[in-house]
Amino acid sequence: MASATETITAPVTAASHRSELVAFAIMAAFFVVAPAFMYPIFLMKALCFALFACAFNLLIGYVGLLSFGHAMFFGWAAYFCAHMLKEWGLTPELSIILATVAAGGLGLVAGALAIRRQGIYFAMITLALAQMMFFFAVQAPFTHGEDGIQGVQRGKLLGLFDLSHEMTMYFFVLVVFLAAFLLIYRIIYSPFGEVLKAIRENETRAISLGYKTERYKLLAFILSAALAGLAGATKAVVFQLASLTDVHWTMSGEVVLMTLVGGLGTVFGPVVGAFIIIAMQSYLAEFGQWVTVIQGVIFVACVLLFRRGVIGEIAHFLKIRL
Amino acid sequence: MFEIFGIPSQALFGQLLIGLINGSFYALLSLGLAVIFGMLNIINFAHGAQYMLGAFAAYLLLQLTGIGYWPALILAPIIVGIIGIVIERTMLQWLYKLDHLYGLLLTFGLALVIEGVFRNYYGSSGQPYQVPSSLAGGHNLGFMFLPNYRAWVIVASLIVCFGTWFVIEKTRLGSYLRAATENPTLVRAFGINVPRMITLTYGFGVALAAFAGVMAAPIYNVSPQMGSDIIIVVFAVVVIGGMGSIMGAILTGFSLGIAEGLTKVFFPEASSTVIFVIMAIVLLTRPAGLFGRG
Repeated sequence: MASATETITAPVTAASHRSELVAFAIMAAFFVVAPAFMYPIFLMKALCFALFACAFNLLIGYVGLLSFGHAMFFGWAAYFCAHMLKEWGLTPELSIILATVAAGGLGLVAGALAIRRQGIYFAMITLALAQMMFFFAVQAPFTHGEDGIQGVQRGKLLGLFDLSHEMTMYFFVLVVFLAAFLLIYRIIYSPFGEVLKAIRENETRAISLGYKTERYKLLAFILSAALAGLAGATKAVVFQLASLTDVHWTMSGEVVLMTLVGGLGTVFGPVVGAFIIIAMQSYLAEFGQWVTVIQGVIFVACVLLFRRGVIGEIAHFLKIRL
Repeated sequence: MFEIFGIPSQALFGQLLIGLINGSFYALLSLGLAVIFGMLNIINFAHGAQYMLGAFAAYLLLQLTGIGYWPALILAPIIVGIIGIVIERTMLQWLYKLDHLYGLLLTFGLALVIEGVFRNYYGSSGQPYQVPSSLAGGHNLGFMFLPNYRAWVIVASLIVCFGTWFVIEKTRLGSYLRAATENPTLVRAFGINVPRMITLTYGFGVALAAFAGVMAAPIYNVSPQMGSDIIIVVFAVVVIGGMGSIMGAILTGFSLGIAEGLTKVFFPEASSTVIFVIMAIVLLTRPAGLFGRG
């Protein structure tokens, strides 16, 4: 089976890391100065979704597993975090950490079920499990159904920094994003990540080399779920809200779209893709349902004409890794 | 009227009937998915949207031209099937050499487009569609009231399901199809036009979805999101049954509909999630699915 992503399989050299380090420096610098000319709330939303897309990309891009149910980790972590902040009165950092761990636990269960089947079935199983978790969210009393958990106080980070200040909140989100981004980068180029890529390219061969691929796939799934949960929990703090939108299957589709637009299996693609899609949603909000139609058209166009995505095309053109 | 396990027979058989109706749609849709997957190696995410298109085709035929239910039952699947053929010729055919996932992503995009367009014009509320006058009313069977139209839906979908099974498993055309699924290159070498067969298979699978949509129109309202509501459940049905077997898809569809109906009687809170729970249990005990071939 051909790989889902077109990647450069050349060995990692110092030079190939350099392009990524330069790109990382540019990205970090951009986000530090960006609030001067862009709405912080837009930037925070984009950063949360960028992290979500990076977490999703860890699976599709580096293990070749298409999860169509990542909204369950994103959305349920948002619920957990909002509940802990509002009802239990925990501090924001503790709420986010616990919600991330909970999403990882959810990932353990969902992943253990989903990796029992390969390829296309994997996508259908994750979608079905996410739909089940959506129905739980509709019925469970603590999620407050259609209303969601509203009016969550952001609280004080470590009891010191008041997150109700917009810039404090922004830089907290930025730190979370950059830390998680570096963690993902570290995972991808670790020995563990190399095994993941081997599984993506040829799972049978990885098994014959003695790797217990199921364990690697499960661990990658848990990491991806936990990081998606980190994104969802952070978003719940930013927007002071957790709602059904975040657990709905359309959210799972959106994160696929962001990653596809930016470039599957590229390090920076999901970030760019998330920004493009979130910007599009903000600017086209007045067109209502047409936004969905446009997203569908982008999906079709990407699959037919543009499978490398924005960053993938740039990297291919410049012959570098990004 | 009498009681079974403390449940009035009317309620029990009423829910069983609803279960059978839902099961008919699950069977028709998972059958279409299995046929398409067999030939094209693509999971047709747009299947739900095409089911919805079938219902809307019937609705629009009635509203715009006054064409009633019976002609629509034939016309709507043909119209939507032709749309499917256009989709296959213009888009899907470029993806056969790529990973399966791209087919899923493309058809997911198509589903968003189709659903978004209809949602834009019709909102999320449903449009009513009358039961045809020849099937209005119903019979009192003593233990329950059976509306004629619902009986018709079950009978018609059984006929279509087993007709499809018969064509694929027992006829010469079906043997070509099965052969082309196994080894398209060899079948082409025998002078059979495999690409055209693939196109027509997709058109047929899509037409099946539209047929289910027309039959669903008088039962549920005709609404833009009716497709996405059902397609995810159908995916779970397909995971449970496995796509290797046509008969497996039919049997799984009907029995899961019944399981869902029974859950609604005894444990209503779980009725929307029971199929997913069954899926999880099947994955734990028989990872290849009930009828899967490895």
